[in-house]
Amino acid sequence: MDELKLYTYIAVFGTFALYFGIAWWARAGSTSDFYVAGGGITPLQNGMAIGADWMSAASFISMAGLIAFLGYGGSVFLMGWTGGYVLLAMLLAPYMRKHGKFTVPEFISDRYYSKTARIVAVVCLIIASVTYVIGQMKGVGVAFSRFLEVDYDLGLVIGMVVVWVYAVLGGMKGITYTQIAQYVVMIFAYTIPAVFISLQLTGNPIPQLGLGSTLADGSGVYLLDKLDMVVTDLGFKEYTTSNMGGTLNMFAYTMSLMIGTAGLPHVIMRFFTVPSVQAARQSAGYALVFIALLYTVAPAVGAMARFNLMNTIEPAAGENLVYDERPQWFKDWEKTGLLQFEDKNGDGKVQYTADAATNEMVKVDRDIMVLANPAIANLPNWVIALVAAGGLAAALSTAAGLLLAISSSVSHDLMKGVFVPDMSEKNELLAGRVTMTIAILFAGYLGMNPPGFAAGTVALAFGLAASSIFPALMMGIFSKKMSGKAAVAGMIAGIGVTMLYVFQHKGIMFIPGTSFLGDMGPNWFFGISPNAFGSVGALVNFAVAFAMLKVTGPAPAHIQDIVDNMRIPSGAGAAHDH
Amino acid sequence: MENKEAYWQENLRLIFICLAIWFAVSFGLGLLLVEPLNAIRLGGYKLGFWFAQQGSIYSFLGLIFWYGAKMNKLDQKYHSEG
Repeated sequence: MDELKLYTYIAVFGTFALYFGIAWWARAGSTSDFYVAGGGITPLQNGMAIGADWMSAASFISMAGLIAFLGYGGSVFLMGWTGGYVLLAMLLAPYMRKHGKFTVPEFISDRYYSKTARIVAVVCLIIASVTYVIGQMKGVGVAFSRFLEVDYDLGLVIGMVVVWVYAVLGGMKGITYTQIAQYVVMIFAYTIPAVFISLQLTGNPIPQLGLGSTLADGSGVYLLDKLDMVVTDLGFKEYTTSNMGGTLNMFAYTMSLMIGTAGLPHVIMRFFTVPSVQAARQSAGYALVFIALLYTVAPAVGAMARFNLMNTIEPAAGENLVYDERPQWFKDWEKTGLLQFEDKNGDGKVQYTADAATNEMVKVDRDIMVLANPAIANLPNWVIALVAAGGLAAALSTAAGLLLAISSSVSHDLMKGVFVPDMSEKNELLAGRVTMTIAILFAGYLGMNPPGFAAGTVALAFGLAASSIFPALMMGIFSKKMSGKAAVAGMIAGIGVTMLYVFQHKGIMFIPGTSFLGDMGPNWFFGISPNAFGSVGALVNFAVAFAMLKVTGPAPAHIQDIVDNMRIPSGAGAAHDH
Repeated sequence: MENKEAYWQENLRLIFICLAIWFAVSFGLGLLLVEPLNAIRLGGYKLGFWFAQQGSIYSFLGLIFWYGAKMNKLDQKYHSEG
């Protein structure tokens, strides 16, 4: 066994032993522990746990890779996945915490006084969360395939088993404490290589500053200027200005991610675990601090990874890498099938260009960039091992958090809340665990053939949450008169148009070849891509709800009193069931 | 609580200010005005690019904590416990 493998095994097994140990130590005894950790988590702990939950495979493994190839266009992920916390802190979290329930559908069912509303909310949540888990599974597959040096599909199956053991065992209490450990592992795994690479390339150890600095080669040229030059020479779009599908599409994309952030159940649920309304506001801030630590480093990771990749393949104009002399990381990633080379002109050298006819790097899966980055930069083996452990932690923690949200939706909201009200706590936990198992199998199956790169797939999930849950919650708090029937109509219309548009592009529930209206050309609605369509769906949701409000008349007086009470922070008890 | 309506109006006003800034730093400076801003440099960063990939995130952080602090004061002013 070589040194790198040894270090990787030590890092991965060491961190896993830590997580499982914590999960065991803090395992859930009651449903309250299982869902909201008994309500006794401090804002700082909670912020860290939200950070770990949030920074999924999409953020850790995928996002910087997408930025590396999208350049400026990748900004939608950076702004979208942080800006949503502003909305959460101001528009949702404090009021929902004050109301004090376990789950989002419970809140919706109280505020909109109907079981129908609760069922519709549960269905919306399940669709969004399952889509999200598919994205995570892609990341899990990439991480495990590289770590065990196996094919992507096999890596995915192994990952499914690990996620299953992990999520079914823990529940929220275990997950919260484990996630704090995972956050620490992740943030080190992400920033240490970034610091090294930034130091290597620019001489500045702080990646956020290094990205704006001059190169350390003495040329006095700014890193970003040089990168722009290198990529445009090969026919790629200029890094710092390359747009993604036009300004309107980027606008809609960013908005969709922001409001989707504020509508995703696994994040909102976190705010039910703090003791007071003030703590809920604070939690959102701390969460964003911990998230921003990674998100402000990500653009540097992306740009520097692209820079190093280009430089490895073509160190100087016309002097291309000889394929037989390719570095070890190149060979390692070829084994996973996620990196492919084809010697089109038969000269034994690697040509990487924007022109599909001459480009010989026929497959560079964006999701490998972050994991490959430290090896491309020739960093020490222990750093590479650390990144592998961090990537696995990221994929695992979010998959677990989401599976928990899905299982609580089904067991708590659907079965206990609507169909089998007298179910015992024990059976409720069992139903939750069965649901998790089914969700893992389903998401894993779809992860074999994911509808996009991990971050792109996750963006679809945000669109679905943005178009259904966020408007219903916001109107529930800010419009006292909003009636149950109108809100339900809004949710159905919002998620309906979004799903029509997404599935028309990507296949029904992302099963390839099931586009139902025939080929209509991509992005036919004002050039907005399916990943960005959630913002249009949200507009439809608001419009339909307010139109229907004129028909149904306002909510009854006792509901308006509930809203009044929500708006005042005093007297928030612990989150409770009924 | 004595004056619910006044408390809520002050809260709404704060939210409006915060969201105006939220929109301006991300959608405004990072997206709609990115081209003219890119003519200005911040070291190696073009300014519009910097707002899109760095500045907006720092601004979001500031906004949340500022809002939290203001709301805590507001809660006290209206004699709220908790």
